[in-house]
Amino acid sequence: MAEPLLEARGVIKRFGHVQALQGADFAAYAGEVVALIGDNGAGKSTLVGVLSGVLAPDGGEILLDGAPVRFGGPQDARRAGVETVYQDLSLAQDLDAPANLYLGRELVRKGVLGRLGVLDRSAMRRDAVRAFAELGVTLKDPTVPVAALSGGQRQSVAVARAVAFANRVVFLDEPTAALGVVQRARVLETVRRVADRGIGVVLISHNMPEVLSVADRVEVLRLGRRVASLRAADTSIEELVGAMTGSLDRADLPSPQEPEMQAEVRAESRPEQRLEPQAEPQPSDEEVR
Amino acid sequence: MTTTETGQRPPARTFVARTPPLLRRAAGIGELWTFLILAALVVFFTIAAPGKFFTTYDLTQIAVNAAIYLVLGVGMTYVIITAGIDLSIGSVLVLAAVAAGEWNIHHGGAGAGWGTVAACVAIALAVGAAWGALQGAVVATEKVPPLIVTLGGLGAALGIAELATGGQDPADTAANNLQNTLGYGKLLGIPWLVILAAVVTLVFGLVLGLTRFGTHTFAIGSNPAASRRAGIRVGAHLVKVYALMGLLAGLGAVMWLASYGTTSIAGHSTDNLKVITAVVLGGTSLFGGRGSVLGTVIGVFIPAVLNTGLIVIGVQQYWQDVAVGVVLVAAVYIDQMRRRTRERN
Repeated sequence: MAEPLLEARGVIKRFGHVQALQGADFAAYAGEVVALIGDNGAGKSTLVGVLSGVLAPDGGEILLDGAPVRFGGPQDARRAGVETVYQDLSLAQDLDAPANLYLGRELVRKGVLGRLGVLDRSAMRRDAVRAFAELGVTLKDPTVPVAALSGGQRQSVAVARAVAFANRVVFLDEPTAALGVVQRARVLETVRRVADRGIGVVLISHNMPEVLSVADRVEVLRLGRRVASLRAADTSIEELVGAMTGSLDRADLPSPQEPEMQAEVRAESRPEQRLEPQAEPQPSDEEVR
Repeated sequence: MTTTETGQRPPARTFVARTPPLLRRAAGIGELWTFLILAALVVFFTIAAPGKFFTTYDLTQIAVNAAIYLVLGVGMTYVIITAGIDLSIGSVLVLAAVAAGEWNIHHGGAGAGWGTVAACVAIALAVGAAWGALQGAVVATEKVPPLIVTLGGLGAALGIAELATGGQDPADTAANNLQNTLGYGKLLGIPWLVILAAVVTLVFGLVLGLTRFGTHTFAIGSNPAASRRAGIRVGAHLVKVYALMGLLAGLGAVMWLASYGTTSIAGHSTDNLKVITAVVLGGTSLFGGRGSVLGTVIGVFIPAVLNTGLIVIGVQQYWQDVAVGVVLVAAVYIDQMRRRTRERN
């Protein structure tokens, strides 16, 4: 394949004593759905946080179209066409769908009113309805607060927001975790359609059958490192689970040299989860910027 | 946001809606209930005291009494929508009044010229805004909750004002020029104080409902983490919101000096509770994310109407405190119920 759209090389990220990423590699290609899988505490969300600009890496590099970049925050990543659908959806519940779609990049009126920051609500509403229609979603009333929508519709709002603005890469963090069967199928269909537009789609998921059915490629993280990159067509659930838990590829890991440290990381994997970006914002990290 | 938008329609007409869903939506609008309460109060007092309550004099009196609380309430609406609170407003008002008053004493006293008046206004606004911005900066660190930051601010601002004056209201703090214009002056029969409050309310009501600044205020109160991820500078925005609250407290100080001619150091200890009550009565959620300036206008007028109305019909006006207390608890109860119904969907 050609050059990756977005690539991580040897990324390191520490939270206090816990090293969540210990030289992690990752690559997302245009027009491809790549699944990022790993056990709890493997560093998936941390890696996504780093690649989407939420977390600043402590080491390693990120390449965008082959050129090294440094995201100063999520807005930098967004400006570069990298969007994220967070597990908690990251919606402002009291605002309506169009306002959520344009959160942080609101459209303003032309002329003096625009300079005063007056919003162009009708344009935002129009674009929002179109963006939802592209996902096959019709909102009965686009002016109700997002809180009044069903779980599936809310998910659609979050996905539509990412897809509407992404022109390089979309991260989807457990996009189907809270959904019913029908909505799940629809989101996965959307995932495929987005990739067909030439966008790199990164799917973070725990659901192995889902991963194998929708992804072109699967990258497996374990203890903060990439331990496997497999073509979905050539692999099996057993192989994926084996790579995730380390039962199949012990030889790939440096565990013989540092067994105790590994154990320590393992033991602390639960607090590390708490530090993951989607669970709770990281004020200390954001202050650094 | 939707609340403000829909709220700008005449609520009464929305209530006489054609279809049940619309009716349900109208009932969900925070301002509607309080507007009906206000309307009911006005009707009641008009009937109970025919020709006495609904007079120009009483309406003017109600509006003048409400003007300062309205200005403070507009700022408080922003603060509460961010899921914050500002307990310090009464003290900030006193501090700004003392700062402006001290300048006036040393630059002409009661007979001071227009230059001094302008300087006093600027000083009051600057002191208020600076104090608010300082509190906002501490709130923005997310290390101390707004309740505590502004409780500390309440004590500190009042303390500084008392240190500066020895705890006594000094004389000659307001120039006659200020009192005779803003204080007692009228335009076409409407007091300047009321006009000023109306302009402030209109401007910041529009800013909240129509602009990016307003949307970000709602977004931060709704979900600060999501706002941050969306590229909104949450900390800077909070500083601006608390600074706006302080600025309006400074403006309240000017209005107070103009109206009463004294700093009333001991007279503002319950301003915060009165203003927060008005804002919450107006349908703004203490949990952030929802509210409107229009609601606050209604919320400010309920105690004002009650106060005047009870006096007019010859009931002890202390019943007002009882009534407002009951309505306040009921308002928050309804807000909570609505939130829970929403989450069940």
